[in-house]
Amino acid sequence: MAYVRPVSKTCWYLKDRNYTIHMLNELTSVFVGLYALLLLWGIGAVASGPEAYQYFLKCLASPGMLVLLWVTTIVIFYHAIAWFKVTPKAMPIQKGEEFVPGGVIAGAHYVVWILFSLVVLFLAGVF
Amino acid sequence: MSEVQLELEILRYDPEKDQEPHFKTYQVACREEWMILDAVNHVKDEVDTTLSYRWSCHMAVCGSCGMMIDGQPKLACKAAVKDYADKKVRIEPLANFPIERDLVVVQDDFMEKLKRVKPYIIRKEEKPIEEGEYKQSPADLKRFKQFTLCINCLCCYAACPEYALTPEFVGPAALALAHRYNADSRDQGLAERHKEISKPEGVWDCSFTDTCSIACPKHVDPASALQQLKITTTVQWYKELIGMGDK
Ligand code: SF4
Ligand code: SF4
Ligand code: FES
Repeated sequence: MAYVRPVSKTCWYLKDRNYTIHMLNELTSVFVGLYALLLLWGIGAVASGPEAYQYFLKCLASPGMLVLLWVTTIVIFYHAIAWFKVTPKAMPIQKGEEFVPGGVIAGAHYVVWILFSLVVLFLAGVF
Repeated sequence: MSEVQLELEILRYDPEKDQEPHFKTYQVACREEWMILDAVNHVKDEVDTTLSYRWSCHMAVCGSCGMMIDGQPKLACKAAVKDYADKKVRIEPLANFPIERDLVVVQDDFMEKLKRVKPYIIRKEEKPIEEGEYKQSPADLKRFKQFTLCINCLCCYAACPEYALTPEFVGPAALALAHRYNADSRDQGLAERHKEISKPEGVWDCSFTDTCSIACPKHVDPASALQQLKITTTVQWYKELIGMGDK
């Protein structure tokens, strides 16, 4: 009889360095999700009136929250860079016979990212 | 001519005698220019004739010598002995497949999946021979050429953590071939393949670890094909929803 080797359902990602890196990438989504919840809370606070909004701002300024926000910022940068890097694989663009170089496709994502960030900062009154 | 000393730890399994596989160690004095396959051949020819494994071309074309070398799926005929010099090297059958005997794996699962994705040109209606050939521009060819280079070595399946966890997953090489035909300007079989590809165990089991592409000895980049398939599949799903899908 053919022999089937067992596969660990819980520790498979420790078997290979590339699996571990992939799972770290996936883990960063948790922080993206947390930040989305935080934004929802903020919108809810604005909708509930000035008092709730002030309380929201106070919570944001607490030391624990500041640490979490900094960690989230760094992690989200890592998340975005990791996924931008592989965009040329998911959406190659062919112009004539040749494929557009991967760097151009990934680069375009960075340009859009920067533009959106500038618009948000502008709307937020930073400049 | 200098020699490279290798200690090969080869996984052995005899279905008639063994309950489970076990490692056996062989000391091999290799010539510097040898590939791992030469070292394994040396064991078979000079030390233990009962050792079973597949190989044929010794030039990375036939796709039969895929095995785990130090935990990584590789073609034994393309892995230079020099890169493992003076070390212990573990040789195991390709991961994620049942072991038939020693380094030989059972490939039936892949063969069945390959059939399911219809890896051939499908025409709704063949045009009569008098009308001539189906023409293709160099750009049309380039769109899918890289995905034709697959030699069915199955290294990508051995590198795929999703296939390991969910054996129903159609997997990288078969889906890359599905994409190869979908992307062929002569083909009209997208809707037929879509039925298989769009199932949960079709393309959606892929989590884009990219490890299949890292392992692929022919630079097919199956991970790229699968991500492109996800886009085609999504577009086709929406098109079918509004009754405008490819038939
Ligand atoms: S990219 Fe998809 S098919 Fe390739 S190894 Fe990862 S999960 Fe498997
Ligand atoms: S895609 Fe690459 S690794 Fe997978 S079977 Fe084909 S040649 Fe081998
Ligand atoms: S022996 Fe043919 S691919 Fe290695």
